[in-house]
Order: sequence, then structure tokens, then C-alpha cells
Amino acid sequence: MRLAAPVKPSPVKTEQIILFRVSGQLFAVSSASVQEVRSADSMSGSEIEISAPGLRKVRHVVRRGDRSLFIVNGAMHFGLHATEGALLFVLRKTRTALLIDGIDKMSTMTRLQALPLSFCHEERQWYRGLTALDQTVIPVVKPEGFLSLEELALLDAALLQADNTAAAAHEETDSAQ
Amino acid sequence: MTVSAELELQSFVLLRLGERRFAVSANQIAELVAPSRVFRFPHRTPKLDGVILRRGRIVPVCDVSEMLVGKRLTSRRFYLIAVRNYGTQREWIAIPVTGECELINAEMTAAVESDAPHVGGWLSHDGDVIEVLNLDTLTPGPEQLRAQAATPHAAEALP
Repeated sequence: MRLAAPVKPSPVKTEQIILFRVSGQLFAVSSASVQEVRSADSMSGSEIEISAPGLRKVRHVVRRGDRSLFIVNGAMHFGLHATEGALLFVLRKTRTALLIDGIDKMSTMTRLQALPLSFCHEERQWYRGLTALDQTVIPVVKPEGFLSLEELALLDAALLQADNTAAAAHEETDSAQ
Repeated sequence: MTVSAELELQSFVLLRLGERRFAVSANQIAELVAPSRVFRFPHRTPKLDGVILRRGRIVPVCDVSEMLVGKRLTSRRFYLIAVRNYGTQREWIAIPVTGECELINAEMTAAVESDAPHVGGWLSHDGDVIEVLNLDTLTPGPEQLRAQAATPHAAEALP
């Protein structure tokens, strides 16, 4: 009699995550979503100040070739106590560079639970879900949730205005010379 | 007791919030658990305290005391884990309660139009008239968001 071949258990799907802190609060982000980690100081020479009405969480923009990366203050985005922010996560496939306090550690997530349906406000845009790690529940952020399409439109308009102002000032300087 | 009278009796769990007692249909109750650590993270949904971990599940903690008794609970002795319907989906929610809960059989009087939306009916028990809670309207969910769509949200995140 032939025995049925033992069924191999399917490997548990895991995801590498980065645990980071914003204003003391712990969050997680998929490491695959983070294109670069930069010191906030390293951007200080290349950033342009920007001001979009009603959008206090973005104060600066960085030009990268033909792309503009908006620096989102993580603390202000989540409504936490504002902090300076020491590190920037440049988030892949977005126009967001997220200003955070620091990285806690790298880890592996084996299960992502959908955000319970009781959470029914903006947090549904902020988080992919929740994960339990070492008996602690950590929200896993959604990289595209930091800036909505409406916010990006506002920022683009503010950026255009800043460019026009800079160009006008430049012309004035040229004509004066 | 006649058979017809027996059929009208339903099971309810009586819970205590401060000095007041409320009832929830026993069909909606999963368990009563001792307080455990509440994990908090930024969000903007009112009445949500955070989440607890229970049997590997992440369960939101819905504090309904302010709405029902006018103040937040200072002492929590248990969490009542109940089932909340969200359309076709069902999820667990944890409701902080101050006292031990009691299972009773009683006949429910249906709510009338003038009752608050969270009142699913009324019970008479031990000389008290007790509200039967409709958890689907009492606790936050997407349907309430749609109803509040015109209301501007708070600028600060909770908690």
C-alpha cells in the first residue's frame, strides 16, 4: 500500500519591517517601501521652503531631478506633539519624505491584521493594518497615506507659486545688474 | 409558565457602568475578560480607547461610558467582549465595564421612536427598568462616519 505523500506546510509569509518612532510613538513600515534613509541635516542645503494653506505638516520640498519630494512632518501628520525630526524616510513610489525621530529596529512581521472597522476616520488612510510583535500592537503605516491627492494638488500649486516668485526675484536681480 | 410565555424570554447580559446597569443580548457576547494592557496609537475616531490583544486577535476598546452615564470610567474591572455587526461583517469589540456581569432571562419591550438610537429595547429586572443596548449604533463604525460626513473633524488626533 502506498502512503500519500506528506503535505508540506506552506511557508509562512513574512515581511521585513522597520520600527520607527515619531514623538515617542512606535510605528512600523515595510522596509520594501523605504527607498532611502537620510539624516534630516543632509537635506538642509537642498530644501526649498513651501507653504500650502491649511497644510502645516509640509514645510519643505526637495528637488530630485524632475521630481519634487515633499517633507512630511510625521508628528504633525499623526497629530502628536511636534518634534524636530532627525531622520527622513524617502518612501518608494510616493512623493513623500517622512520626517521621523529615529529608527527603533528592524523586524519581521508574520501577520498583518486589518484595522478593525471601529476605526472609521482618517486613520484608515494612514495604516495598512496592525501587527502584534513581542506582545505589543504596532500600527503599520501606508506609504501613500501621508499625502492625499488633494494635498498633493495643494502642494503642487504652492510649489509653482514659490517657483514663480523665485523667478521674478531672479529677473529683478538680473535687470538691476 | 406556558410554552408561549417561555418562547418570549430571551437571554441578556447585564453590565454595570458606574451606578447604572445596562443589558446586551447574550447572543452578542463572546466573553468577559479581566483588564489587559491597552495599546494606543494615533487615530481620529471618538469613543475608541485603543486596542487589546485577545487570543491572538486585536480587539478595539470602545468606551461607551461617557455617552451612557455622562462620564468616563475611572475604574475598570472587566472588558465585555461583544460582537459588533458592520453590514455583512462581524468583529469583536471590547467594552470596559465596572462590575461583574450577570446573565438573565427576561422579556424585552421593544424600543419606540422617541428612544435614543442606541436603545434596542427595555427590560424590567429586580425592580429596575434597564436599557437594552444596540451596540451597532452605540459604537463607532463606517455607517456613523457617513452620517457625520458633513461635520468637520477634530484637528488633534486621539488619544
